Amino acid sequence: MAELKKEEKIIEIVNVTKMFDDTAAVEDVSFYVRKGEFITFLGPSGCGKTTTLRMIAGFDIPTTGKILLSGKDITNLPPNKRPVNTVFQRYALFPHYNIYDNIAFGLKLKKIPVTYVNDKGETYTKYQKLTRKEIDEKVKNALAVVDLEGFEKRSVSTLSGGQQQRVAIARAIVNEPEILLLDEPLGALDLKMRKEMQIELKEMHRKLGITFIYVTHDQEEALTMSDTIVVMKDGKIQQIGTPTSIYNEPANAFVADFIGDSNILNGTMIDKYTVRFCNHNFKCVDDFEKNEKVDVVVRPEDIKMSDKKDGMLVGKVVSVVFKGVHYEITAIVGRSEMVIQSTQSRNVGDVIGMIIEPDDIHIMKKAFTVNKYDGYITKKNTVVFGDGEFDCDVTTLYPGSHLDEEGYLITANGEKLDLTDTDVNVEVDLTAIEISDNAEEGGARGHIVSLIYKGDHYQYIVRTEENEEDFVLDTEDLWNENDYVSVKIKPENIRISLKQEIK
Amino acid sequence: MEKIHFSRKQLGIPYALFLALFVVIPMLLILFYAFTATVDGKITFSFANFLNFFTSTAKLSTLLMSFTIAIISTAICLLIAYPIAYILARSRLKKKNVLLMLFILPMWINFVLRITALRELLDLIGLLGSQNYLNVIIGMVYDFLPFMILPLYTTLEKLDNSYLEAASDLGGNKLTVFTKVTFPLSMPGVVSGITMVFMPSMTNYVVSDTLSNFNITILGKLIDEYFTTYDNWHMGSMISIILLFIIFLSMLFSGGFKENKQETRGANLW
Repeated sequence: MAELKKEEKIIEIVNVTKMFDDTAAVEDVSFYVRKGEFITFLGPSGCGKTTTLRMIAGFDIPTTGKILLSGKDITNLPPNKRPVNTVFQRYALFPHYNIYDNIAFGLKLKKIPVTYVNDKGETYTKYQKLTRKEIDEKVKNALAVVDLEGFEKRSVSTLSGGQQQRVAIARAIVNEPEILLLDEPLGALDLKMRKEMQIELKEMHRKLGITFIYVTHDQEEALTMSDTIVVMKDGKIQQIGTPTSIYNEPANAFVADFIGDSNILNGTMIDKYTVRFCNHNFKCVDDFEKNEKVDVVVRPEDIKMSDKKDGMLVGKVVSVVFKGVHYEITAIVGRSEMVIQSTQSRNVGDVIGMIIEPDDIHIMKKAFTVNKYDGYITKKNTVVFGDGEFDCDVTTLYPGSHLDEEGYLITANGEKLDLTDTDVNVEVDLTAIEISDNAEEGGARGHIVSLIYKGDHYQYIVRTEENEEDFVLDTEDLWNENDYVSVKIKPENIRISLKQEIK
Repeated sequence: MEKIHFSRKQLGIPYALFLALFVVIPMLLILFYAFTATVDGKITFSFANFLNFFTSTAKLSTLLMSFTIAIISTAICLLIAYPIAYILARSRLKKKNVLLMLFILPMWINFVLRITALRELLDLIGLLGSQNYLNVIIGMVYDFLPFMILPLYTTLEKLDNSYLEAASDLGGNKLTVFTKVTFPLSMPGVVSGITMVFMPSMTNYVVSDTLSNFNITILGKLIDEYFTTYDNWHMGSMISIILLFIIFLSMLFSGGFKENKQETRGANLW
């Protein structure tokens, strides 16, 4: 995004944190909104997008931080003192008023400065309420904008969801706010209605020329309507940018996953501009440190299908779904799943080749703090992951549970469970892994493929032979590259969690 | 074994029986007594009771007295209960149910006991015997306050906060938000509360007798006197009918019978 002049900022959020009890809904968020733009807060539920909007509206006051409106601090100003109006998620139309009174609500309270000239020829300003005629006029115009002419006398309960939505918009824009806040305004409408309203809202934004701040969890809606998108997760901003930049250059795996469909794969940089994933080396355009573990994002529409012999990757088609404009083909490559969008169809069971251009491989730094694996529990209550088998404490899966003599798990409320073949997520800290040159000692075996000196310790990557699973570990001991070692992890250092509840 | 099936109609029989036995028949009896007179041991149809009520200054002044006491008691109840209900309902207190319980708790103690206790208290501070009207109103308010708080609390508690946010977003200050949105939307609770307090305070003569040393007679007392002291069931029934009519009128007035109510919001607790 280009650097913008200071006077163009209409809203500026400075290091804002909002705590509810002990949890932070919004955490140290800073950004600004340019005058006249259509900005969207996008993120899954609970990401803090609505809280941010509510702080701009004045319904919630930040715990720390500042909100500036055209440079003025409005952090503690009550909602009625802000030149901002809100369209609520559930519309919040007053049920005891008809449509006219709902829309006129703000106008009747408004006082505008009127300039008079007195006998001596001096001018003075008086704050006056709008006249009945002026209010009538404005309400009529607002109803025309939302296409509801002649609805003045109707009561709220006689309107459909879509019509109520329009009244809610009219009620907000009739006050000519500097900023219009919209909190998931289309969430309650059906798909067709939603698409129509998206276009209408965009058109309204163009005509009115005011700033729109929009909140949604629908990535398609955000991409369609916005000038700028703010992607949020867990109270933090993940990325700010135009729809194109966010789609084409996602800042991290979360954004890539949330915006559009993506294949996200674990990769390792094996050289400058070369990344290895799915057991194949790909040329790419990003430069990362050698041997760095990265997230690789490939959009389904960027994978081209070819003959088996020409493909960089070879996979077997496991599902084909017709999506109208394209087919969505899922192929299994090694142990990874690849989703491909193509206008050509394939049959389930076909073995296909896949080609990915360097431009279409998006590489993101992995925030590498922990080893993560998919594993399963065996009959002996050990866990299998990373091409190895390890002892672990299965009772941590269910709080308050214990094992009986036969090895069944008894939960806190006395239920008896057989955990054999339960899928689990496994996490192991980098410092919790030990390596040994006795191949029989540890749970998994592999070669050291990388060692990086990190000042006070070495970081090793041990790669198994069978499925090229990696163990990343930090230790002060010195080993050599290509050493064949076994990996030891103490049971208490293996964190397991259920993939899903056992039925 | 064969299963026993009940149709809906059959299931309604106990209720219909109950209704007939304890509502319809007593009502008919009251109607019968109200419009008859016993002359020389014979019962004849008559409007005499009706005419008598509306020509007797004593009875009309009793009606007026009951009305005044009821209106004042209800108004005071509303003035006290609304802020309490509002604060309890809108606060984010985690223990607000406990606080609400504290206001409702007196209802669990026997009513006669409560009034007797109040009488002793008023005696102690020297109001008993000197301030009859004040004492009766204090008694009524004390006794019926929970019936005002409860429906108000229920309505205000269920009031969607986004209405209030919308009003303030559109430029309303705290007072405007209250007068234009909060209060109108809590009307079902207000009406419900008024009905719950107004009617009993017109008839609850235990309060008036006990706290005014039998100096203030309200409509309920009058009915009791005709049935027990004067043994005139005809006049007693007529006054009951008139009271019933007043109740009906006030319900009509307050919208209790209004159809197609948009949102009752749980206020029709009773």
